[in-house]
Parts: sequence; C-alpha cells; structure tokens
Amino acid sequence: MAEVLEISEPEAVRREAVARRGFLNRMRRGGGVLGQALVPIVLAMIVTGLILAIMGKNPFTFYDQMFSSGLFNWQGFEQTIIRMAPLLLMGAGLIVAFTAGIWNIGGDGQFLMAVAIVCGIGPSLMSAVPRALGLIILLVVSFVVGGLWTLLPAFLKARYALNEIITSLMMAFIGISLADLLIKGPFRTHLNTVPQTNVIPFQKLLPAIPGTNIHIGILLALVVVGVIYWAMTRTGFGLRMRVLGANPRAAVHSGISVFKMTMVGFFLSGALIGLAGGTEILGVWGYVRADWNPGWGFVMFAIVFLARLNMLACIPIVGFLAVVQLGGHTAAQNVGVPDDFILLFVALILLFMAVTDLLRTGRLFGRKPKEIVSVVTTAGRLEATDD
Amino acid sequence: MTPLGVVESVAAVSAEPAATSAIELIGITKAFPGVVANDDVSLRISCGEVHCLLGENGAGKSTLMNVLSGMYQADSGQIKIDDQVVEIDSPKRALELGIGTVYQHSTLIPVMTVIENLMLGMGSGVRLPLKTSLAGLQKLASSLGIEVDPFAVTGRLALGQQQQIEIVKALWHGSKFLILDEPTSMLTPQGIAELGELIKQLKAQGLAIVFITHKLREALDLGDRISILRRGRLVAALGPDELRAGSREEIQGKIIGLMFGQEKAQLADVAEIRDELTGRRGRQLKTAPILEIEGVSVEPRRGEVGVHDVSLAVKTGEIMGVAGVDGNGQRELAEAIAGQRHIAGGHIKFLGHPITHLSVAKRQQLGLRYVTDDRLGEGIVSSVDVATNLVLKRIGQRPFWRSGGRVCTPVIQETARELVEEFDIRTPSVTTDCGTLSGGNLQKVVLARELSFGPKFVVYNKPTYGLDVKTTMAVRERIRKIAEKDEVAALLISTDLEELLDVCDRIAVLFRGKITGVVDNQPGAAEEIGRLMIGGGE
Repeated sequence: MAEVLEISEPEAVRREAVARRGFLNRMRRGGGVLGQALVPIVLAMIVTGLILAIMGKNPFTFYDQMFSSGLFNWQGFEQTIIRMAPLLLMGAGLIVAFTAGIWNIGGDGQFLMAVAIVCGIGPSLMSAVPRALGLIILLVVSFVVGGLWTLLPAFLKARYALNEIITSLMMAFIGISLADLLIKGPFRTHLNTVPQTNVIPFQKLLPAIPGTNIHIGILLALVVVGVIYWAMTRTGFGLRMRVLGANPRAAVHSGISVFKMTMVGFFLSGALIGLAGGTEILGVWGYVRADWNPGWGFVMFAIVFLARLNMLACIPIVGFLAVVQLGGHTAAQNVGVPDDFILLFVALILLFMAVTDLLRTGRLFGRKPKEIVSVVTTAGRLEATDD
Repeated sequence: MTPLGVVESVAAVSAEPAATSAIELIGITKAFPGVVANDDVSLRISCGEVHCLLGENGAGKSTLMNVLSGMYQADSGQIKIDDQVVEIDSPKRALELGIGTVYQHSTLIPVMTVIENLMLGMGSGVRLPLKTSLAGLQKLASSLGIEVDPFAVTGRLALGQQQQIEIVKALWHGSKFLILDEPTSMLTPQGIAELGELIKQLKAQGLAIVFITHKLREALDLGDRISILRRGRLVAALGPDELRAGSREEIQGKIIGLMFGQEKAQLADVAEIRDELTGRRGRQLKTAPILEIEGVSVEPRRGEVGVHDVSLAVKTGEIMGVAGVDGNGQRELAEAIAGQRHIAGGHIKFLGHPITHLSVAKRQQLGLRYVTDDRLGEGIVSSVDVATNLVLKRIGQRPFWRSGGRVCTPVIQETARELVEEFDIRTPSVTTDCGTLSGGNLQKVVLARELSFGPKFVVYNKPTYGLDVKTTMAVRERIRKIAEKDEVAALLISTDLEELLDVCDRIAVLFRGKITGVVDNQPGAAEEIGRLMIGGGE
C-alpha cells in the first residue's frame, strides 16, 4: 500500500472528494430508487381506494386504520418493526441470490424447514443450556438448515446447469410438506389437540430492546443487511457475484469459479432465509403449528425487485410492507373486507411498478420496448396483409 | 406473406430489375448526448450500384445506416425513395420499403435454430411454414454457395456462420436495398471473395447495396462509389469516374488523406510499419518450448467441429499463427488452452509443467492469457466500469483487494488510468460503464487486461476483427513487440491470412479440428497455407 500513502496532498484531497461524491451518488441513487417505489405505491393506493369505494366501503377509513394501527400507534409500530426483522433477512437472502443471477424461488421451503427444525429441537435445547448459548445455537441451526435446503438445486445448477427456478420451487414444495410432516410427527406435542410443537417459554426467547417490546431480531437483521450491502458492493466476493449475475460467460472467462460461487451464493441465500425463520420463531412465537406458512417468500420476491436489488432501499420498502401487512390486517377487519384484500393492494403496487418503470425510462426490464419489437420485426417482415 | 412467397420473392429479385431507382438521404443529422454522430450528411444510393461507406471507427457510418434501417430516427433531414419522401420510423417499415440490413452485431436470437430465426414474424397463420421455409433456405443457401444446418442453434454457431445466416435473413424477403454493415469483418478470405462475387451478382440483378467498411481495399475492390465519413461529416464522395482516374495507389493515398484528415502524419507511421511488416519473415527461434499441446481433443458442441488430436509446441518468444476457415475448431482450441473448456484427451504443458487440470484462474496467474474474440459476450462485463473490467481477472488479489477481501478502489483506478493511457483507450473516465465504449476501445480494454501483470504466453483469438486500420496496425505491432522484446510467446488465431503472414513466425493450419500442417513464415508460405486450409493432401 506504500504507493497509496505517498500520494501528494492535493491528490489525496481530490480523491477524498471523489470518494465523498461516490458516497453521495450512492445515497442519491438509493433515494432515486425510493422515489421510483413511491409512485407505484401512491397509484396502487388510489386504485385500491376506488375498488373499496365501489364495494361500498370508505377507502379513507381503510387507509386511516391501516396507518394508524400499523404506524402511528406505539403498539402497532412495535409490531411493524418486529415484522421487519424476518422480512429484511429474507430480502437480504433473495438479493444475494438474484445479484448473482441465481433464481432462488424456494424461499418458503427454506424458511419453513428452518422453522420446523428450530421448533423441534428448541424447547429441549433451551431447557438444557443457558439462554444466550441456546439462542445462538438455534440461530446458527436455522441459518444452516435454510442453507442446506438449497444444496440440491445449487448442485444441479452448478454441475449440470439445471434450471434452478424449477428445482428450487420443487424443493419448496417438499420443504413445506416435510416441515408439516415433522411438526405433525416427531416434533408434535400432546399439549394441544391442534398439531404443534413444544413451546420455548416466552422468557427464554430473544430479549427485547430495553424500553420496548421489540425483540433484538431487528438489530440482527439490520447488521446482516449492512454486512451484505458492504460485501456485495465493496469486496471481491461481491464483485464475483455481480459478474456472475451480469455476464456468466465473462465469469467463466475471467477465471471465477462458477461452480463455487453458485454453491456459496445459493447456500448463503437459503441460509439468510432460514435465519429469517429462526428469528421469527425465537423472537415472536416460540413454537409452530402445523400448516403455518406466512408465504413471505413470494411477497419478498416482488419487494426486492421494487427495491431494484438495492439492499439499503429495501429497508423502507420492507417497512411499508410490514405496515400494509399488519395495519392492513386490522383495517380489513374493521372495514369489513377479507384479509386477502391486502394481497390485492400489494399486487397493484407491483403492476404499477412495471408500468411507471416503462413510462419513466421507456424501458421494460432494462430494454426499450422498441428494441424488443425490432428484434422480432427485423428478423422477418410482419406481413399479415399478404396472407 | 405466404410461405411460398419466400421462395418467389428471392426468385423475383433475379427475374426483373427492381423498379425503384434510388434512395436519397438529405441532410441527415443525428446527435447523441455528447457527440454528433451524423452532421448534415447527404447521400444518394442508386440501384445497380455498390455504394461503399468508408470511415474509421466512430465516424458515424453505422449510425447513418441505422437511420436508414429505422433503428434510429434522424434529428433532422429527409429520406426519399424515388423522389417520394418516406418516414422510416421502425425496422419493420424499412423492411416494407425493401431495405434489408445485415447489422455488424448479431440480431439473431441465439437460443433459436437457424430456421426458426428465419421464420420469425412470418405470416399470421397458426402453423409455421416450416416445409416451404426449408426449401427456401436451401435455395437461397445454394445460390449464395453456403452450407447451412437449418436446425443448428444459432448461438452455438461460429461467428462467421452466424454472419452468413444474417445475410440470408436480409435477403429472405427479397429486399431491393441491402445494407451490409462491416460484413467482412468475420469472414475468411474465401468468404470475402465469395461475398464479393455475390455482391456483384446482386448488383447485376438491380439491387442497391450499401457496403459499410473501414477496409480501404474492400471499398476499392467492390465499390462503384465511395463516400467517406469523418467525425460524422461526409468529407468526400467519389463517383465511378473519379475512382477510375489514376492508379490504385494514387486513389488509395487520396482516400487515406480524406479518411484521417489531420492525422495523416500519424498514418504515415502506420504505412512505415506496414512496409516493414510486408518485408517481414518469420524468425527461426531456438528457444525452449513454453507451451506444449500433445494430442488434445475437445468434444464439439452442436454446430462445432471440436478439436481432434491436436499437437503443437510454441517456443518462448515465438508467435505461432493458427490459420483456417472460421468454425474449424479455433475457439474450441483457444478455450481448451485457456482452461475454459474441458478436454476429452491429451495433455497441455506450460513452462514444462502439466496444466491440463488447472483452473482458468491458476493458468492466468501462471501468465497464460487469452484474448477472446467475443469481446461483448465474454470479454467484458458491460454493466461494470472500465477500471473494474481491467482487473476482472485479478478479483480478490493484492494490491487491488486487501487481504480481508475489501476492495481498494484508489489502487484499481490508478492502475486503470495508467492502462488507459498506455493502451490509448478512449473513455470519458475509468468509472464509465464498459458497455458504452466502442468496439475498438473494448478490444483495447481486453488487450490491456491480458497484456499487463506479467504475461508469458497469450492466445489471441481474432484480435483485430472489426477494428479500423490504425488500431489494427497498433495491435499487431504490440503483439510483435512484446514477443520480441519481452519474449511473450503467442498463439495468434486469425482468419485473416494477411495478418498471419504479417505477424507470425510459424503458422499452423486448422482444418475440421485437426492440424493439417505447420508452415514456416517464408516466401511461398501463403500458397502452402491456402492448400492446407482446404484440407491439404486430403
């Protein structure tokens, strides 16, 4: 590093300015991403409001309820923050994979497998070892189980170029069912007639941040988000992943071990999603019932695209999603619409995201629609008239 | 269009000369952020003529033709066909007006087969007109004198073969105007000669052909008219009379002056190099071999021929050429040496040690480098900046990354600035996304990366393909210089025989994946290589 230390002073000043500008640019880019997310959200709110009005419900009451119970009410706010922890971890897991061009669709399977194992061994482990040690072991277990559940699709992709969209989705079906099987079978307790696991006592779960009811999972999630952001943007590992995602052939050409990166990226993705499961169980529930599947994997799939795979932009958007999920739940009940109405709202956000993207940049999925059309038309003349 | 129409329209071209007499471009101006690509350019392209558009990289040739083919809309100016003003607002419209284009970069859909690519957008019926299309393809291919496997996946074909499909595609609907954007850059000498014949034939049939090139010789060989662009402006238009007035050398000199303008002085240097080169003969080196290939075979993928039992030894400091028609196993061989492709049999030794089982990265570290011919496809990552692309093969290594894995951006950027300077890479800054650079500059990025940080042996795969005269000369000079001064040996794969004779010490000939012979670069080598290129004694 000697040559770096020897730079003359004006040069050093200039570099610092460049570095700061780089930071500002990143912040601005992050802000831009947020702005791009805001427009579809507002449009979705308008359309959802219209649908509510048509159904004879007062949309203003709905939104008022949603925000007041999800955000502007201390208890609701706490719930929102608590919900953000697993969602952020899932988001981190998906962003890692998608950046490397690994389409890990099986998040729900990885999540539930981790949940089932943690709930299966948690109660007895927590009664055997000190709380802190037990919690750390269980978090590590959830991390590892989630990662292991990706091994098969990862290997099939890395070794045989088998499409991971299909294999990871299949593994999700297996994972969801196997988790159920475990909960109804070996992990079942007889305390309750509904099949469920034994319970980790509340006082042994993740501790709360002093003065609140928010468990420290959110801190863990924020640290993970920070580390992943740093790793993806500032390290050799992150660059390898980005190169693999941007141009896999260039990755082969430049000597990046595609096999290793695919295995590691897939594992890390599943592991973070598994950790999301562990955090949710150890922070909120302490046990799991059979057939419990929040389905966050698919929702977060869309959310990370709304954040354009930007880890930092993901934080406020996940916050908004948590408000919609929790506040929306209360609001739907009070206004008298089904809970599924929230999904409609989220779906509209995604639809408008695609539309505004197209209108703003003239690009869809990073390509001009005209280019897409021209590929087809230059390939052959469209001559419907001659037929 | 009915399926039969395909065949008929091809036939129609030969039956009656097109009624249209000319396309006129009047005062075309097209600007992109930061650069005026075309500035008030007017051209007239007549039927029955080959109109060459000549200029160095970035002169605005391709932009002008993109305006004509509907890919871009001009900021101002008019296009007239037969004195009728036409609005060409899409490639589809251009096709309707009978303007067929062969683009410099592939517009084929790589995952589809040849015949699927050709049938794209045909008709509106439910069933694809497969049978008639196959017949049409066969007829077209035989009239062009090329062999095409209709069911080969286009992305797996060699670049030269893809180019042929592109030409077939442009002629598929019987266009009256044919734009060829640097069509020879991927073709073999024979291919170029065949294309020349074909162009003459099409011309005789009454087609108007725009032939974009930066190769002076081609323009002089083929062009009835030559229009010269420089920095977006039309600087000269030479008609048939002017092209015949005076000797070839005089006209050549005149055109070079027009093409390069004030940089003429620099070009004189190039001419000097050239003279030196044409006088150059292969050296007889007595050094130890640095790369030994023994009985190497590579399994072919679809559309490839693979490599069969190839043995070659390259000496330290030597430049070994590999001649051959495109698609005879060149890429397979290069990838096998670079470690990108598994070999089915044989051994590769580097510096006396077997490297057959070493990874790409290990071979890179040992000083074995590969300049790929597919710059955009695998050579660079277009969404990543120039600086990072320059160290793409050293990710995680000191001094660019600290031992903890953390990136050291100032060091990368400083190194990149030095390389940009040394290799004369024209880029706004080292933090510019690599994908925005022109083809010639992309090649310089690839070369700068491969030729820095201690190379010992470099595989160059078509290193000057698509580059302008000046850059081509500079690249060749660099290959020679580092071979002679720094003893960096090279395997130079090229389909340009002239290039091989210019640069190499010995030349091996690859035919259907086998080495048919190795020739010392001595007088008479060209004839011998020509014989070996079509199979030699076989």
